[in-house]
Amino acid sequence: MEAILFYITAAVAILSALFVTQCRNPVNSALNLITTFLCLAVFYVMLEAPFMAAIQIMVYAGAIMVLIIFVIMLLNLGLAVKSRYSHGLAGGGFVAALVLLVTSHFVGTGVATGTGGEITSEVIASYGHTELIGRAMFVDFLLPFEIASILLLVAIVGAVVLSKRKV
Amino acid sequence: MVMTPEVLTLSETPWLFTGVMLGKIIVAFVGTLLIVAYATYAERKIIGRMQTRMGPNMTGPKGLLQPIADGLKLFFKEDIIPSQAHYLAFILAPMMILAPAFISIAVIPFGGDLHFTYDGTLYEVPLQITDLNIGVLFIVAMAGLGVYGIVLAGLASNSKYSLLGGIRSTAQMISYELAAGLSIVAIFMLSETLSMRGIVQAQQLPIWGIESLSFLPNWYIFTQPLAFGLFVIGSMAEINRTPFDLPEAETELVSGFCTEYSAMKYALFFMAEYANMITVSAIAATLFLGGWGGPFFGWINFLIKVFAFMFFFIWIRATFPRLRYDQLMFLGWKVLLPLSLANIVITGIAILLW
Repeated sequence: MEAILFYITAAVAILSALFVTQCRNPVNSALNLITTFLCLAVFYVMLEAPFMAAIQIMVYAGAIMVLIIFVIMLLNLGLAVKSRYSHGLAGGGFVAALVLLVTSHFVGTGVATGTGGEITSEVIASYGHTELIGRAMFVDFLLPFEIASILLLVAIVGAVVLSKRKV
Repeated sequence: MVMTPEVLTLSETPWLFTGVMLGKIIVAFVGTLLIVAYATYAERKIIGRMQTRMGPNMTGPKGLLQPIADGLKLFFKEDIIPSQAHYLAFILAPMMILAPAFISIAVIPFGGDLHFTYDGTLYEVPLQITDLNIGVLFIVAMAGLGVYGIVLAGLASNSKYSLLGGIRSTAQMISYELAAGLSIVAIFMLSETLSMRGIVQAQQLPIWGIESLSFLPNWYIFTQPLAFGLFVIGSMAEINRTPFDLPEAETELVSGFCTEYSAMKYALFFMAEYANMITVSAIAATLFLGGWGGPFFGWINFLIKVFAFMFFFIWIRATFPRLRYDQLMFLGWKVLLPLSLANIVITGIAILLW
């Protein structure tokens, strides 16, 4: 049952990701990208990470993609993209192959699927996924978390300074 | 003899489980559809009375058949798709606005546990389609997806008015989603759970744990009045109800994002608006007013609270004029967002102290 659902979702995810790059109309590309994000959320649920699934939909599908569509609307890109872009195909292919290698290594050790490593399915079931993420973020990895927050703050201030002529 | 009730599971009692589940889904869905239909009637009637008019009163006794007549009329109208429209997105938009509105109902508990005996075993059925352990986040995520319907409708219609409505709604929904979402965070901090059912159960204890005040329930509206206000204002803006109905703005934009729509697609936008109103009322009732808890039997309490909220929204619509665009942005970013962040900080300090 779960395997069938996985293969269907995977097919949809790959097809929509392909269409993101192939569509001439930026609106279609954006719609396909949303579909890809929703499929990723389904994968997170299957991997017993419901919190990540909700965050995936909230942040990527709910906020970032809305901003991208907002930009498409404001710039009225309509059908501006006429020619196909082929540069960077080799680089993209290389990175994809590299990522595939790394992920297959992770899946092989069982860390990513919850069968090996510290965080197994039983641990998730007993603590709850949300609590595990909270602990990891605010106890074990507090310093990287704070550094990332300061970086984001700097980026926000920089964006405001750049976009405003007079601060 | 007291039996401990069994919880239905898919693996042990597949047929009973499927049947009960389908029953719950049908009850929740049909109930919502009925409330949607009669919310349109109630809105017209209540606003009519507030403006000393009669409201619909010709179709059926006291105009009670008006929603059905409206639905039939829109159903048989010609469905027009503008020739310059983006065909797929134009058809997809009404569906993408309606689906998230209805999906959120799946995690809202509309009553306490129901007990029944089947084949000599006592079973316990929670009156809620599913109790996700991230229930509240699920609702926030679905509310975030609701914006696509409006944006796509504005973009696909290929009309200036629609596009303006779409652009306005993107900016508005992103700004107010933040305030509404952050105001709920204070609720998680108190209840220490993300499950809607858990939040309702946490509100059934006596208020602030004081036994002598046990006549007052521990509804979070008493503990978190600021969060309640922020949530109601934020979600009112998110579902484009009247003081915040800039995407639609009849007086400026004809009909905003749904200008080019006709027939059943237009009706779907209206259904989505009322379905969103029901969802937001139900969420507010669950998070702040103790869900199904109260003096009457389970789901009756819940419906009373939901209807009270819907009356409140209709009342606001009859009372306030539309905000100007700069006022809207000012309120969202400079008032609601800092207030909701301050509320989280204050709640955190209060939890640490007590």
